[in-house]
Amino acid sequence: MAVVVTKSRSSTVPEWLTAPLVIGTVVILFWLFMTVFANLVVQFDPLEMVARRLQAPSWAHWLGTDALGRDVLARTLHGAAHSLPIAVLVVVSAVIIGSLLGAISGFVGGLTGAAIMRLVDVTLSFPPMLLAMAVAASLGPGLGNAAIAMVLVWWPVYARLMRAQVLEVKEREHVEAAIAAGARPRRVLFTHILPLCWTPVLISATMDLGQVVLLAASLSFIGLGATPPTPEWGSMISDGAVHFYQWWIAFGPGVAILTIVLGFNFIGDGLRDILDPRSD
Amino acid sequence: MPFLVLGIVTIAFLITTVTKGDPLTAIVAEQQMSNPEVVAAAKTRWGLDRPLPERYMIYLGNLLSGDLGTSFITKRNVGTDILYRLPATLELVFAAMIFGTTLGIVLGVLAAYFRNSLIDHGARLFALLGSSLPVFWSGLGLLFIFSVMLNWLPGPGRVDARLALPPGITGFLTIDSLLAGDWTVFKDALWHLLLPAFVLGWTVSGTISRLVRANMLDVMSREFVLTARAKGASEFRVVIVHALRNTMVPTLTVIGYSFAYLITGAVLTETIFSWPGMGSYAVEAARALDFPAIIGVTIVGGLAFLVTNLITDILYVVANPRVRLS
Amino acid sequence: MSAQISSAPPGAVDKVGEREPLLSIRGLRVGFRKAGSQFEAVRGIDLDVAKGEVVGIVGESGSGKSVGMLAALGLTSKNAVVTGSVRFNGDELVGKPAREMRKIRGARIAMIFQDPLSSLNPVMTVGAQIAEAVRLHHRVTRKQAMARAVELLHLVAIPQPERRVNQYPHEFSGGMRQRAVIAMAVANDPDLLIADEPTTALDVTVQAQILAVLRSLQERLGLGLVLITHDLGVVAGHADRVAVVYSGRVVEQAGVSELFADPRHPYTRGLIASIPNLEESRERLFSIDGSPPALGRLPGGCAFHPRCIYAAARCRTEDPPLHDVGGRFSACHFATTLPPFHSAVLAAASLDSGDVAP
Repeated sequence: MAVVVTKSRSSTVPEWLTAPLVIGTVVILFWLFMTVFANLVVQFDPLEMVARRLQAPSWAHWLGTDALGRDVLARTLHGAAHSLPIAVLVVVSAVIIGSLLGAISGFVGGLTGAAIMRLVDVTLSFPPMLLAMAVAASLGPGLGNAAIAMVLVWWPVYARLMRAQVLEVKEREHVEAAIAAGARPRRVLFTHILPLCWTPVLISATMDLGQVVLLAASLSFIGLGATPPTPEWGSMISDGAVHFYQWWIAFGPGVAILTIVLGFNFIGDGLRDILDPRSD
Repeated sequence: MPFLVLGIVTIAFLITTVTKGDPLTAIVAEQQMSNPEVVAAAKTRWGLDRPLPERYMIYLGNLLSGDLGTSFITKRNVGTDILYRLPATLELVFAAMIFGTTLGIVLGVLAAYFRNSLIDHGARLFALLGSSLPVFWSGLGLLFIFSVMLNWLPGPGRVDARLALPPGITGFLTIDSLLAGDWTVFKDALWHLLLPAFVLGWTVSGTISRLVRANMLDVMSREFVLTARAKGASEFRVVIVHALRNTMVPTLTVIGYSFAYLITGAVLTETIFSWPGMGSYAVEAARALDFPAIIGVTIVGGLAFLVTNLITDILYVVANPRVRLS
Repeated sequence: MSAQISSAPPGAVDKVGEREPLLSIRGLRVGFRKAGSQFEAVRGIDLDVAKGEVVGIVGESGSGKSVGMLAALGLTSKNAVVTGSVRFNGDELVGKPAREMRKIRGARIAMIFQDPLSSLNPVMTVGAQIAEAVRLHHRVTRKQAMARAVELLHLVAIPQPERRVNQYPHEFSGGMRQRAVIAMAVANDPDLLIADEPTTALDVTVQAQILAVLRSLQERLGLGLVLITHDLGVVAGHADRVAVVYSGRVVEQAGVSELFADPRHPYTRGLIASIPNLEESRERLFSIDGSPPALGRLPGGCAFHPRCIYAAARCRTEDPPLHDVGGRFSACHFATTLPPFHSAVLAAASLDSGDVAP
């Protein structure tokens, strides 16, 4: 009987090291590098007029120049500094606020827990963009205010996620044992429950980094985020919309946003495969 | 549900009153700001001099009588403004929903049926692009390609401005023109609708196709699929009638949730395509710090979301024989 | 069980030659290719089913008995490679275009599956599913098809069929669902019904009812019936002829009374010896040592030799073909020289020595 079992996949590459994860990591590392070192590696000043206005892409200016004669490529690469740090700040703040409130709601329950969850429900019943717009508009333009608006929109997501996790972990035996042994509630929550709740929050937060970059750019695009002359991607695309026929003005920033969103998505997917192999 | 409605109204009110943005700048011309009489008169006129709780109660009272306040900019009732703008947005969102759902289901089914093939990877990439692309950029790009370079589709706007419009019955231009038998307007409106609806629908197709793919993979491995094949049913029938119908309940739920994203996307899509809907109204209001208008749009958006979720819940029960019985 | 064996019609085997062959399988092989590896689940099955005959296919789970029948109907997954010959009424089915296979499936050959819980579509009414089976092969109206569905539910003894047709599967009990599945299978008066472990998922009392329904339908409609099962008791009570499958091959084929009275393959002997017996009380139940080989990791020679108490040197190198042993078939080198069979003796021998298998 010619029964052959062959394994085509080489065993030297670990299962979790997938192409999307590698690509995503490389892309995000590139943008992180630009966030820190853009002024060292980029030839042109993003805020200065360096050539004639509205020039199409050329060897001197790979992505052309905008309406004020600024180099679009230089502005695009510098844009990372006005996008990634904000996204990280927003997600971290939202995770801290949301997880804390969610954990309290799940662990304490009662009136406090119910009140927190009602607030979560109400906040989540707004379309996120509209709520962010309303908050950002009432705070006034500026990236900082946009960031506050985004935190207010985003924290309930993590509150819900964390609450579900805490409710599940709370029922496990080691927690009941700790309570029976007389551990104080705060200690039970912080040492016995929370350490087991981070995986879904971490995966979700990674994916959300991309979505927050997108939302920040959206707010800037409609004039509620970054103010000129900041080389922020959303407002650059807004410039591009004004100079519709000079397609290259919006091209670079759009690609930047797209690659960052895709990159975080890939990393998030990869993280899920590594940390939570049961799902999917 | 009543609690959520009250919550939405309260939050919307708080956002614009508690924060530091000064609505006076929107009402009073800049050179008049130093004139205390003008400022005081404006404050009295718009009720800005009253204490917060009182303003809230007045606001609630007005809301109950259907009054959303008066826009600082248009000087019209916000409710009237929104009602005037709403049909355009709904037409866009419904068209986008049709695009997004069809695209999502077709891609999800194909990806599941041809699992791990080129078709699967292609469908997944296309869907992922949809949820990763900024609509205000992909809209610009597609508009440039299809309208400027290829000249296949009309430019921004809802309809050619030179055309005489049919009487508004539903507010949906495509339907109104059909009702009036006006083929020229119908064709023009449809062509104008095509690109923005596609751009917007693409954004939600990713979520839908991901879910459909996962559910289809699960369902296709169940025994009743084998039973259907053993009956002599064609592959098409097996996939569409037997398997896909079993994935419809979760799909319905995700379509309902997609609505929030469609409204979010509509704000930006309308801006790019000069679509005279609620989204562009919201952007104009936000830029001009027209607070009654912002509150109004936010409330309507929130309520629309609530209504969609309610409809989703009802459809969920209707589509699921097990839930229906208990 | 022994009572049932003796009640099987004597001389049933003699008739086989006279009957017209309905299904004739020769050298059927099914291979799978998955993520770079490949293995054969079926390694050459030969089987005949005559009109109106009941053939039992017996084997452990994973022996390839179900896959073989699925392959015969063209129901294996896309990555399966099917070779050999399956003739139905003289018509070759292997390699037949999908469109023509669909005309045969559900119309001329019907198949039912193990789990009545999941073999009905949960979002369609039972009636709609039976009506679909009718309408796939006959040009009738929806109404006529539903009327036929009621008739069929009545045929499989479901009470109040008029009300039941409009119910969903979850409103049916397990036994009722399997009746409904059977009703669906016989909707188009097929010539052959393949039942894959039709009673395994059911309670013991319900099992007997379902088998009774199957048998009465088989007799009334003159169906050829293939009963795939791991339960020799089912076969003993209902089959005319039995094929025993081990590791993707038929190792013995004989009339049911001959097979039980004088099995000519050690594996069959082991199976029979391990049937629980109420009359002869034994202290321990016999079981065949070891477990069936994993697919793709077959031992050389006869696939059964590592577990066989009669294994000789030849068995490790040479795979015996299924050969004629006086009107019946066995795939054992020693088919004709095996000692006389007595299940109790075999069991005792196995228990005494403990490690008879090498």
